[in-house]
Amino acid sequence: MEVLLFGIAKDIVGKGSFRFSADEQAPASVSELKDRLKGSFPEFGKLTSLAVAVNSAYAEDGDRLNESDEIAIIPPVSGG
Amino acid sequence: MKGNMSIEIVDVIDTSRVFAELSDPRSGGICVFVGAVREFTENEEVLSLEFETYKVMALKEMKKIALEAIEKWKLNKVVIRHAVGVKNVEEPVVIVGASSAHRDACFNACRYLIDTLKERVPIWKKEMFTNKSVWVSAHP
Repeated sequence: MEVLLFGIAKDIVGKGSFRFSADEQAPASVSELKDRLKGSFPEFGKLTSLAVAVNSAYAEDGDRLNESDEIAIIPPVSGG
Repeated sequence: MKGNMSIEIVDVIDTSRVFAELSDPRSGGICVFVGAVREFTENEEVLSLEFETYKVMALKEMKKIALEAIEKWKLNKVVIRHAVGVKNVEEPVVIVGASSAHRDACFNACRYLIDTLKERVPIWKKEMFTNKSVWVSAHP
């Protein structure tokens, strides 16, 4: 499962994407992914907000994640 | 313009195109907002802004916002265009516009387009100062 990173999320992790390898359990839901991120990188807990996109649309915390989904971490947006 | 809307993420915004894009025989009012790079933010000199985007999602969200505005205000045409990359002071970074039969609709729609873009569209802005850089809105 590949996860895309943008903005400050890219700076926190130090790269533009990462992958849960086949031998580690990938997170099953959006909330589990957020918890895992905050566990590995406490900086995520300090952000104004943290959203996840699944297949390029905003996802809810309870939404399930599948191996084939395109997943992206969406830190607070600041366009305009 | 494809149909009644033009939704784009570009390297450079050409502000001179927008009138022709929004002009329509049914429209008596055309309203445009341009966002540009301001030199000072909270008394600190900004050298430049750097924008990045999750392009496929940003275009989808921009299209949703355009459709919402067209539906709500019965607009004839809509433009939403955002720039990415490094932008210097005074350079345009975003342009939104709407055209409608009467002016109230396009004024209100234009405000909605920019406000909603800032809330929802996955675009990120980094302010470059002389001695640091900051991702805008990242921290409370």
